[in-house]
Amino acid sequence: MSSTKRSPWITLSALLIYFFLYAPIVVLIVFAFNSSKTNIVFEGVVNQGACGPFYWFCKLFSNDDVLDAAKNTLTIAFISTIVSAIIGTMAALALQRYDFPVKRASEAALYIPIVIPEIVMGIGILVFFSALFTWFNSTFGLVGDGRLAMGLGTVIVSHIAFSIPFVTLVVRARLHGFDKSLEEAAMDLGANEFTTFRRVTFPLIAPGVLSGALLAFTLSLDDFIITFFTTGPGSTTLPIYVYGLLRRIVTPEVNALSTIWILTVLIVVFISQRLEARR
Amino acid sequence: MAEYAVELRDISKRFPGPSGELVTAVRNVTMQIRDGEFFSMLGPSGCGKTTSLRMIAGFELPTEGEVYIHGKPMGKTPPFQRPVNTVFQNYALFPHMTIGENVAFGLQMDGVPKSEIMARVKQALEMVRLPGYEKRRARQLSGGQQQRVALARSLVKRPEVLLLDEPLGALDLKLRKDMQLELKKLQREVGITFIYVTHDQEEALTMSDRIAVMSGGVTLQVGNANEIYERPNCKFVADFIGETNFLQGKVTEQNGKAVTLALAGGLTVHAEAEQSLANGTEASVAVRPEKVNLTGHAGAANQFTGRIVSVVYIGTDTYYGVRLPGDQLLRAREQNDRPDSRPMAAEGDEVTISFSTQAARVLTE
Repeated sequence: MSSTKRSPWITLSALLIYFFLYAPIVVLIVFAFNSSKTNIVFEGVVNQGACGPFYWFCKLFSNDDVLDAAKNTLTIAFISTIVSAIIGTMAALALQRYDFPVKRASEAALYIPIVIPEIVMGIGILVFFSALFTWFNSTFGLVGDGRLAMGLGTVIVSHIAFSIPFVTLVVRARLHGFDKSLEEAAMDLGANEFTTFRRVTFPLIAPGVLSGALLAFTLSLDDFIITFFTTGPGSTTLPIYVYGLLRRIVTPEVNALSTIWILTVLIVVFISQRLEARR
Repeated sequence: MAEYAVELRDISKRFPGPSGELVTAVRNVTMQIRDGEFFSMLGPSGCGKTTSLRMIAGFELPTEGEVYIHGKPMGKTPPFQRPVNTVFQNYALFPHMTIGENVAFGLQMDGVPKSEIMARVKQALEMVRLPGYEKRRARQLSGGQQQRVALARSLVKRPEVLLLDEPLGALDLKLRKDMQLELKKLQREVGITFIYVTHDQEEALTMSDRIAVMSGGVTLQVGNANEIYERPNCKFVADFIGETNFLQGKVTEQNGKAVTLALAGGLTVHAEAEQSLANGTEASVAVRPEKVNLTGHAGAANQFTGRIVSVVYIGTDTYYGVRLPGDQLLRAREQNDRPDSRPMAAEGDEVTISFSTQAARVLTE
């Protein structure tokens, strides 16, 4: 067969691409087991305390700041995923089904957050919230702890905002080629609009909704820039926390944290792809 | 009890077209469908038959006019509150449910008790000759089987009227013929009014008690198979149902139903017309190929000499193309019922053809 005669350069460049993509990740994971406190030289596998090679992982789990950051990250991710999955699905259904005057414009506007630089979005949201809060606090005379300020709430709202387009995109792909006569058949057989959605439409688009939601979840877990601009005291997320650590000293603790993180995201992405494949 | 199962009174439907203008899909259609009747809407694609059916089902609302089901005006009644059920062209079986769940769906919506649902689903699947298929999935079934499940799913609800939108369109010819007879038999057994949409004239003729021929959003003729085949009221119906020769001519005399026309080439045709025609009216004379006699017939009202220009053997019959004086072409269809079935004439032969007055119909529209 002619396809076996492949140029060695193609194989080499493919290997190089994978090397540059994955070598840093492998190094990062390996250094999570380093016995040295610095991230420069690998001085052998750590074997310290009760956890042995997992010393840095154990140290991580006894760190309250890390645990708080993890809790914040997950809280933000869960709430923003659920809300953006609902709104994103509704938007996808509306765009798929109805013709309305500003359909094209609203569709384009929906996808803008995907393409504009995240830092622009971040600054935009920051300016928006601070202007809104300043006006609100002065108008209603709120002072001290009663004032509206940046915090978990603002991070969640902004995560919802940037996740919606991704959910809509994935759900629309699922809706493409959706047989409208299935809904008509359900109505014909006596199901009202809500029952039709519950018994027919939703079960059929559920894999799309779920994979969209998982995408939103991973985006929220990873997000640094927008979170950085909208966070406040007590709402530090893991990416923000790690960034803070880096400015001081990079201990293998950070590597351990990153390792867990990579595994979490990988699992979520894997599930999402499996669901997407099951169409 | 109302006189008709379904009545369309002067309904029109306009849709916004691609560039914003309104497109009329159905124009002032009036139809009465009797209780227990097998009624077909027949026409080419885009003639408004499916839109009319969808307005009965409630998927579309008429722009003008009203749909009555058993005498009740439907107004804006949603599909789930109408006493009709639809069998879709692509079957529309729910892919995430088993066959049993598909058939049970409508009964669950009606709040039928669980024990009764089981029994009725079983019975419905037996009726469409798919007993014991409850646990299977739609994608594991053949097209014909899916079609029968779709029928069972609608019939299990015991609707007053069953709407069928080209339900046999996706099946191959052999299966389609079997299903035609089966559907007709089923309809007699359950005694439900069937409203059947098709573009296949043979299918409509085979199954229907009455047929509405539609074109361009209007109803052209409503009648039983014999009426629309033997007495078409316009050129479109004559042409769409079966095959027809059209001879162009001018009316020279009318005496009751009997009309005499002058054709090109100095021929005179004696034909029948339902309408009264002024002398000099341009008209077409429709003659079915099988009613043209190739051997000539002494005493026949119409007898012409022509030349054979084509001979096409199709098994049961042979078509002969005959060129008449004045360059009009006439197709004659002769049955190959003699033992040797040799052609009766060859290309280039001069023949005398004949047909009766009753076989020739004058149509002006």
